[in-house]
Amino acid sequence: MKLTLGAANAAFMSVTREQVAKIASLARIKVDEGDLDHFVPEFNAILGFVEQLGEVDTSSVEPMTAVIPQKLRLRDDVIDADPLTGGGKQAEVLANAPVAEHGFFGVPKVIE
Amino acid sequence: MLRRVSGGKMSNYRIEGATGTWEVVIGLEVHAQVTSNAKLFSGASTQFGAEPNSQVSLVDAAMPGMLPVPNRECIRQAVRTGMAIEAQINAWSRFDRKNYFYADLPQGYQISQLYHPLVGKGSLTIEADEKAGIPEDKVIGIERIHVEQDAGKLMHDQHPTMSYVDLNRTGVALMEIVSDPDMTSPAEAGAYIRKLRAILRYVGSCDGNMEEGSMRADVNVSVRKVGDTELGTRTETKNVNSVRFVMQAIEHEVQRQIDVLEDGGTIVQETRLFDPNTGTTRSMRSKEDAHDYRYFPDPDLLPLELEQEFLDECRASLPELPDAKRARYTGELGLTDYNARELTAEVETFARFETLLAETAKALGKPEAKVATPVANWSLSVAPGVIKALGDEGDMANATPERQAAILKMQDAGEISGGQAKEIFEIVLKTGREPDEIADTEGLKQVSDTGAIEEAIEKIMAANEDKVAEYRGGKDKLFGFFVGQTMKAMQGKANPAVVNQILKDKLG
Amino acid sequence: MTDLTNLGVKAIRDGVAAGDFTAREVAESFNANVAAAAALNAFIVTTPEHALAAADAVDAKRAAGEELGAMAGVPIGMKDLFATRGVQTSAASAILEGFKPEYESTVSQKLWDAGAGMLGKLNLDQFAMGSSNETSHFGNVANPWKANDGGNAVLAPGGSSGGSSAAVAARLAPAATGTDTGGSIRQPAAFTGISGIKPTYGRCSRWGIVAFASSLDQAGPMARSVEDCAVMLGAMAGFDPKDSTSLDAPVPDWAGALSADLRGKKVGIPKEYRMDGTDAEILASWDDGIAWLKDAGAEVVDVSLPHTKYALPAYYIVAPAEASSNLARYDGVRYGLRDLPEGAGLQDMYAATRAAGFGPEVKRRIMLGTYVLSAGFYDAYYTQAMKVRTLIQRDFNEAFEKCDVILAPTTPTAAFPLGDKLDDPLAMYLNDVFSVPASLAGLPAMSVPSRLNAKGLPLGLQLVGKAMDEQMVLNAGLAIEQRAGFDAAPGKWW
Repeated sequence: MKLTLGAANAAFMSVTREQVAKIASLARIKVDEGDLDHFVPEFNAILGFVEQLGEVDTSSVEPMTAVIPQKLRLRDDVIDADPLTGGGKQAEVLANAPVAEHGFFGVPKVIE
Repeated sequence: MLRRVSGGKMSNYRIEGATGTWEVVIGLEVHAQVTSNAKLFSGASTQFGAEPNSQVSLVDAAMPGMLPVPNRECIRQAVRTGMAIEAQINAWSRFDRKNYFYADLPQGYQISQLYHPLVGKGSLTIEADEKAGIPEDKVIGIERIHVEQDAGKLMHDQHPTMSYVDLNRTGVALMEIVSDPDMTSPAEAGAYIRKLRAILRYVGSCDGNMEEGSMRADVNVSVRKVGDTELGTRTETKNVNSVRFVMQAIEHEVQRQIDVLEDGGTIVQETRLFDPNTGTTRSMRSKEDAHDYRYFPDPDLLPLELEQEFLDECRASLPELPDAKRARYTGELGLTDYNARELTAEVETFARFETLLAETAKALGKPEAKVATPVANWSLSVAPGVIKALGDEGDMANATPERQAAILKMQDAGEISGGQAKEIFEIVLKTGREPDEIADTEGLKQVSDTGAIEEAIEKIMAANEDKVAEYRGGKDKLFGFFVGQTMKAMQGKANPAVVNQILKDKLG
Repeated sequence: MTDLTNLGVKAIRDGVAAGDFTAREVAESFNANVAAAAALNAFIVTTPEHALAAADAVDAKRAAGEELGAMAGVPIGMKDLFATRGVQTSAASAILEGFKPEYESTVSQKLWDAGAGMLGKLNLDQFAMGSSNETSHFGNVANPWKANDGGNAVLAPGGSSGGSSAAVAARLAPAATGTDTGGSIRQPAAFTGISGIKPTYGRCSRWGIVAFASSLDQAGPMARSVEDCAVMLGAMAGFDPKDSTSLDAPVPDWAGALSADLRGKKVGIPKEYRMDGTDAEILASWDDGIAWLKDAGAEVVDVSLPHTKYALPAYYIVAPAEASSNLARYDGVRYGLRDLPEGAGLQDMYAATRAAGFGPEVKRRIMLGTYVLSAGFYDAYYTQAMKVRTLIQRDFNEAFEKCDVILAPTTPTAAFPLGDKLDDPLAMYLNDVFSVPASLAGLPAMSVPSRLNAKGLPLGLQLVGKAMDEQMVLNAGLAIEQRAGFDAAPGKWW
């Protein structure tokens, strides 16, 4: 392996401005034309780099499901068993809110 | 104009359009709130109707660094529900994140199960109902049940320019129960939801309270010409919260889709909203671009692996389910189909029936099967009739199983008539007095004393010698006349069986 | 009396316990160093009062004859990724500027319970995304080290725990917390001549740590000695039922069991880490490490980690994918920045808030993660990356059948000047080429300083152990530390 990027990666199918703009929209990040000017080539460079994963034969390999083999623990059905993860925390929950009124969070009016 | 015509046995819901006959394909995704004390991934309470944002933990509010830990009871209830629909239970399942942005979704993703749901394929049977256009029992496939988080609630009418967000519901456990597209009429969809609701309530995994939103359905509807094999494009109408509304939403969607198609248009696969005030659906603007949910396994949670012991307990704790109970009622207990169906429809109904049945069998010293029919008739028609007629005057707390059993016992012994039973029950409801005492004190007993009855019959025969002669001459029909006269003389309190017997003896 | 700020964790704790000096004297000394080091920009927020209050509590306990905790009297720096109640927790982002949590992270709480105090919240790469601490909303952190080549370039302290590494190297704190997702403890430790260990995934609770990539994030200590790392890791680690991925296993007494005697142990040298383009001095340092471990009694064996090449590309799919989802909660509704343009609706508010609140690198990774998870690409990218992750873990498992610990360089180069790689994200990502594989496999890994290079800059050696075997990693680290004799410190210029 070289610590530089192989030229072969340039052959990778690249993403378009429109695709990057669509991804930004899906990620709810507003981008302008200037942002796209640098995001598009950076995106393509990174995608070209990760593309080499396609070389690996993984046909008989399971995707990793747990980093360290463990089973999921289940907790007992007890309200506020640990105060740190329990309810009854209206004040704490609202303490950092940009807009909080009458015990609610306020957001721009939503039309469903 | 569209006109509904009846069709073959498989599906008799057909729409006659301008260009031909249409049929309907319906699938339902029912969201059922799991009965649990605490939320799926946090310790906050699930109770309904608290102050806004008071039943919210730091986890539910998706504060930075907060992590989910699953509630065993929620998993258990979903597994039991799966077992109740005879579904595949997946001992290995996983939680996935469904990513989208909305103000009622603090994490920016819902923890759900897409790739490996807890419960796989199962089914339930909806019963034949000729009147509703369901000609025979029908099995509806259930594709899966998975466990997921509920979202919070938005209020749009509290402020002129803002919507308010309440996260009390956020993180409450839901089961999403996904049917196959097996239903072909609004009636079948209604029957499916009612049956599913009954099963959930039998199992105790959901209270089935549709008004409070404990159960709500996403209704997938498409139409196609009869004979077409390809499914039409479907729409999904979200969060419909009553059986009636589900049926209305389907009817409206069917008509709308046919109208669009017959006008040369195409159906857009979209999310729609049902308006209960108008019975119509409309496109949901807020979900316009929510089609790419970028599901992936939640890295905060490990695979959910259930031990055999856990599964065994889930199965052992299952109650008798609606189909089995109905079969037992008609089989072992010898009830009519109608009675069995009525008694098993609701948890409260069968619970009351079974309690009274046990009490009555004990009081009479007879097996349950011997007393089931009178108890069923009492439970379904006699008692509700009296209760309804009394209205506010009666107090249900007075109608203990013991008292009702005592009434049924007197009736079984011939001590009181059906009419007297009702009168006694009425007094029980009003006063809480004991039936035996009422019967004695109020003279609500029928006479089985053969001496008194013989005396009355002899008087009647003496006064009607001509009719006695006619009867003895072969005019059998006159027997009824003598019964009537006797009952009249006894002021209706004579035991009919005793009257019959004595009359037969005397008339020869 | 010695300058207290030259003392490490254990020396301070033992000195306080012995009455050689008070915890308050220690806290005051470090507070003074912190106050005088604004030029390094290592701290986002300083909390001298917290350090003093904790110190006073320890002094009072000692006076009362009560038992003292493992970190009693030790003031530390807290990476600003750990939620600290009432103290701004920003993840070095604008989107969380001003956010004061109503809760304390499990790890920081354990440290306070053990008697540590907080000097302040340490700068980092924004949301821990970066390898040079240049993506912070609160400005770059300067590496206290400078090259002896006559230039006066300010160097990167490494990242993402750049504030932590700079503060410990510059004696602003005897130790600091770090978090490591792909090398964020080890790489900055190497760049600043200190030690740092990322324990086995699940050892330290993630509860209350601002998440970057959940399946990779691990907290760990950064300090100036292996023993100090062992002491502090002991205080940080432990089962937490609030974290579903927390290891339900007892915490060994790592510090008590430290031993540099490696007789009977095998050290694996992974041939795939000998990459073209690696700095010759890095390779020479690696050879030193091999010689030192042999000297400590270990047998050196060659091992193969054939999928090493694919670790970095897999990481740059998995980490951004998880991040894109983990960072969806920063939406301007419940806390942090809200940017509500005139007449904007909810979705516009999200887009404006996130555009204003996230820096370019964070946006890049969120978008990359969004892309690799999006419809049609999920299997090709994410599933394939998770399969490769399985293979990388399998490589390690097979290697550990032949050895007890793996020795490799921590980084391909020494610290580079700030701004050097800023315009080339990929070149920056390559910094983590040696550290990412252990992260993907969830293994304990540590960096210890080996020597200075020709420019007078520190280099680090990395030790990777079997899952749960932090002890072996620490022991091998100690063996290197004792033989390397690394006692250089940066000259004070700030």
